[in-house]
Amino acid sequence: MIGQDYWWVLLIKAVVVVLGLTTIAAYLTYAERKVAARIQLRLGPNRVGPFGLLQPAADAVKLLFKENAAPANRDRLLYLVGPSLAGGAAVLAFAVIPMGINNWFNYQFHWDIAHFNVGLLFILGVTSLGVYSLFLGGWSANSKYSLLGGLRSSAQLISYEMAVSFALIGTIILAGSLDLEQIVGAQQQTWFIVLQPLAFVLYFSGAFAETNRAPFDLPEAETELVAGYHTEYGSMRFGLYFLGEYVNMVIVSSIATTLFLGGWLPLFPFHPFDWIPGPLWFLGKVVVLLFFMMWVRWTFPRLRYDRLMNFGWKVLLPLGLLNILITGTVVALRA
Amino acid sequence: MIKELVLGLRFTITQMLRKPLTVQYPEEQKPVFPRHRGRHILHRYDNGLERCIGCELCAAACPVGCIYVLAAENDPKNPVSPGERYAERYEINLMRCIYCGYCAEACPTEAITLGPQYDLAEYRRERTVVTKAELLESWPRFAQARGPASPVGAGADSTARADPDPGISPRVAWDAAETVHGAPEAPQPGDLGVPTHVPTVTEPESRDRR
Repeated sequence: MIGQDYWWVLLIKAVVVVLGLTTIAAYLTYAERKVAARIQLRLGPNRVGPFGLLQPAADAVKLLFKENAAPANRDRLLYLVGPSLAGGAAVLAFAVIPMGINNWFNYQFHWDIAHFNVGLLFILGVTSLGVYSLFLGGWSANSKYSLLGGLRSSAQLISYEMAVSFALIGTIILAGSLDLEQIVGAQQQTWFIVLQPLAFVLYFSGAFAETNRAPFDLPEAETELVAGYHTEYGSMRFGLYFLGEYVNMVIVSSIATTLFLGGWLPLFPFHPFDWIPGPLWFLGKVVVLLFFMMWVRWTFPRLRYDRLMNFGWKVLLPLGLLNILITGTVVALRA
Repeated sequence: MIKELVLGLRFTITQMLRKPLTVQYPEEQKPVFPRHRGRHILHRYDNGLERCIGCELCAAACPVGCIYVLAAENDPKNPVSPGERYAERYEINLMRCIYCGYCAEACPTEAITLGPQYDLAEYRRERTVVTKAELLESWPRFAQARGPASPVGAGADSTARADPDPGISPRVAWDAAETVHGAPEAPQPGDLGVPTHVPTVTEPESRDRR
C-alpha cells in the first residue's frame, strides 16, 4: 500500500496517464491542424489514414527517424536536459489532477495518481519547472535566437506565474483548501466560474502565456526568432518540446476545469446529467477549453513584447489582487 | 478592447462553418479556361478524316522547333485526310514547346489546337515527346465503321496516354543521346541525385532535310 492505493494500482494508473497524455498530445496536434485549416477554409491533414487520423503517427515516425542535428558548441549536458524536462515536467503535473471518485465494491477509486492535500501547490511548483526546460534549451544551444527565446520565456513565465497564482487564490479562499478533490467538492452547488468569473478570465489569459501559445507565443515567435528557444533542436528532441507544449495545454485546461468548471461534476446535479460518468464530464470540459485555446490561437496576432509585459504586470496582476480583495472581503463578511 | 476580441473570435468561428475552398488536386480538377493553351490536340473532320494535310506549316511556324511532321501521300481509295498528303508521323517535344500557339495560328486546316490538358509531368524523358497516336482526337465511331485509317493513326483510338504505342518510338533527340551513353541504370545508393553525365540534346537529322 502506498497512501490509499495498492502499489500496482498506482503503477497501472501512472502508465495509463503517461501513455494517454502523450497520445492525447499527439492527437491535439492533429486537432490543432484541423481547426486551423477549417478557420482558414482549408481541409487540413486528410491523406494518412481515414480523415488523416494516422497523421500524428506518421509525424512521430518522421521525428524519430530524423537526423539529430545539433550545434557543435552547445552545452552538451544542458542541451539534453532541456527537452527532457519539457516532456517530463508537463506530464508530472497531471499526477494530482482528480478526474472523479468511484465506489466499487467498497473500494474507493480515485481517478488520479496521487492525492495530496496540497495538490494545487504541487501543480504550481511542477509547472514552474517548465521554464527551466525552455530557458536551458535556449541557453545551452549557444545561438542568438535560442537565447532570446529562452530569455523571453523566463521573463514571460515569471510575470505570468504571479498573475496566475493570484487568480487561483480566489478559488482557494472559497474552497478553503488546496486539496483539488475538496475544491471540486466545494463546487457541488455552483461552479466557481460563476462566483469567480474575473479569476477565470485572468487564469485563462495567463494560461496562454504559460503554455507559450498565441497570442503570447513570444518565446518561439517564428517571425522574429525563427523558432525561439528550440531553434537549434531537431528530430525527437524538438518533438519533446512540441509534446511538452501540448501536454501543457492539457494541464492548464485540466486545472481550469478542476478549479472553475466543477471538475468531474455534471453540468446539473440531477438526471439525466449525472448518468454520464465523472471522468467523461471532466474530459468534455477539458476538450471545450482546448478547442477554445486553438480557436484563440488562430484568431489573434502575437502581442508585441513590451505590451505583453505591460499586460501581465499592469493589468492581470492588479486585477488578480482586486479579485482577492473582493473575495476575501465577501467571505470574511459572510463568515 | 473586449468588443474587438469578441468580434475576432466570432469571425473565425463563422469561417469554420463555411465549406473549405480546397481543391483536392489530383482527384478533383478545376476546369480550365476555354482558351487555355495546354497540350496540343490533332483534330478530325466530322466524317472522321484527319484535318492535318501534312503541310508542315506548324513546324515552320514553331519558334522553338519542337514539331516534327513526316508527310506521306494519301491512298486515293482510302484517304486519311482530304488533301493530297497526310501526316504519317506527327511528334511534338513537349519539353521544348513554349505553348505559344503559333502552330495553331499557322495551320491552314485548323488541324492542331492547344487543348486543356496541363498535367504533363512524366517519369521518363522520352515520354515527353508525344506522338501522333497521343495527339490525335480519338474517333471510336469512325474506327468501328471503317477500320484503321492508317497504320499510324490507328493507335490513337486504342492507346491510352499512360502507355503510348510502343511501335512508334519518338525520333527526337533523347533516343540518340541515350544510346550513346548506354541505357539509364537505376541509381546506386550513394550517387542519388548526382548526375555523372548529362546527355547533350542534338538536333534531329530530319530538320536538315527541310
